[in-house]
Amino acid sequence: MNLYKEEILDHYKHPHNFGDLEDKTHSMRETNMACGDMVEMYLKVKDGVIERAGFRGLGCALSTAVSSMLTDEVVGKKIDEVGKWNKEKIVEMIGEVNLGREKCVMLPLVALKKAVNKNNDS
Amino acid sequence: MFDLDRIKEDFPVLKRQINGKPLIYLDSAATSQKPAQVLDTVDDYYRNHNANIHRGVYTLSVEATLMVDEARKKVAKFIGADSDKEAVFVRNTTEAINLVMYAWGKDNIRMGDVIVTSLMEHHSNMVPWQELTREVGAELRVVGVDEAGRLDMDDLEKKMDGKVKLVAITAVSNVLGTIVPMDKVVRLVRSKSALARILVDGAQLVPHMKVDVKKMGVDWLAFSGHKMMATTGTGVLWGRKEILGEMNPFMFGGDMINEVKIDRSSWAEVPHKFEAGTVDIAGIIGLGAAVDYLSFLGMDEVRAHEKELTEYGLMKLGDLEKKGVIKIYGPRSSEERGGVLTFNVVGVHAHDVAQVLDSFGIAVRSGQHCGAPIVESYGVPAMVRASMYVYNDKKQIDYLCEKIPEVLKVFQMK
Repeated sequence: MNLYKEEILDHYKHPHNFGDLEDKTHSMRETNMACGDMVEMYLKVKDGVIERAGFRGLGCALSTAVSSMLTDEVVGKKIDEVGKWNKEKIVEMIGEVNLGREKCVMLPLVALKKAVNKNNDS
Repeated sequence: MFDLDRIKEDFPVLKRQINGKPLIYLDSAATSQKPAQVLDTVDDYYRNHNANIHRGVYTLSVEATLMVDEARKKVAKFIGADSDKEAVFVRNTTEAINLVMYAWGKDNIRMGDVIVTSLMEHHSNMVPWQELTREVGAELRVVGVDEAGRLDMDDLEKKMDGKVKLVAITAVSNVLGTIVPMDKVVRLVRSKSALARILVDGAQLVPHMKVDVKKMGVDWLAFSGHKMMATTGTGVLWGRKEILGEMNPFMFGGDMINEVKIDRSSWAEVPHKFEAGTVDIAGIIGLGAAVDYLSFLGMDEVRAHEKELTEYGLMKLGDLEKKGVIKIYGPRSSEERGGVLTFNVVGVHAHDVAQVLDSFGIAVRSGQHCGAPIVESYGVPAMVRASMYVYNDKKQIDYLCEKIPEVLKVFQMK
């Protein structure tokens, strides 16, 4: 099964940065009602740059893996840049996904972008 | 019983290969496949008889009109209605239920009234009532299910009283497969709430089991043509003539009028009153052909076939459940269950299960099945659903049960 490459399964079974960030500056929760997937993204931003990221969620292998990968990918990036990421970024990270799973893989990115655009203190 | 190979020949799409494997379609609860007989009928209409109905004096229009009338008579007879005037053509079950909400609910549900529905309902038979009760200040009571996934009849009894004006309930759950004991429900409702009307969501009932609306004793029955072998865009609202007669239209325009003056208009008779504009003429005529096909098979035989498959499926899936591979939801007996088998693979999200099964050519549905309340009541984010129809067989269930453990291999779980 091409979709479930080693890397994705690894992120799914051992997600990186799983858990709340105590000193988070940004956060957002996003759900996909069609399947019950839920992701909460947390960011610690300083001077417009993401220092750390974390997530919690309940979801399928793809949305969990993408969440995990994104929390690694955003570290050291400017929030302006991350706010512009779109589907191409996801394809870059995990390859093409069939239309039926697009919502699964986009869910964490939607949460991330909303978190970036909404500033809230923990 | 069925000549299954012969039946499968009638469904062109079943010849498809998916990822190099034969398609095993187990999502008929979402929409059924269509036999060539229906497709040919729709094609024939467009090639030879296409014209708008009720509009012309010319031959083609008269032909098309007669073909639609004929389809309406077939549908009415199929569900045991007294008159074809009681069958209103709509796009789907959702539209049928919304029609009742707009055309009857808005005029008859007031502040302080009660609508009763169940936890098992498809969103189409829950959301309209949430909206209506909120808008007018009425109360929505939701009847629960028991641990086996059956409608909690004690809870229903508790929730019925003189304030109940509508009971909106499914006949067969699209999530749990539960067959609701409609005769008991109707007796209970009529005995406790004389004023209450009963609307039944028959989307998973009519395609799969024989229906007699007179015997059912309800006020409206909504169902989808596209789930019973007709094309998408077809559905029916059956309603008792007196009630349809009292209801106001909710879509206004051509064909539903009697007289139109500058300042006011009067309405056509039922069912045309509720069929404004150009309907899906081709789809409706195709629905007539679908009724012919099902009548040819015999609804008792359809039910017997599915009951046997359901029993077999519950047994085979039950073996997997005993090994701790899956968890099954809903009643465990085919007496109380339609051909809808819902489960989860332990430790794997439903979407991922469906994805892996797709690689083997198996089409199952995953998610909340437009039934978030009932799915969430089991404490899971989603479920896998395999649903059957006349073109499914035991070999396919064997194959499904063989491939479910493959999901664990992909996820490298024992």
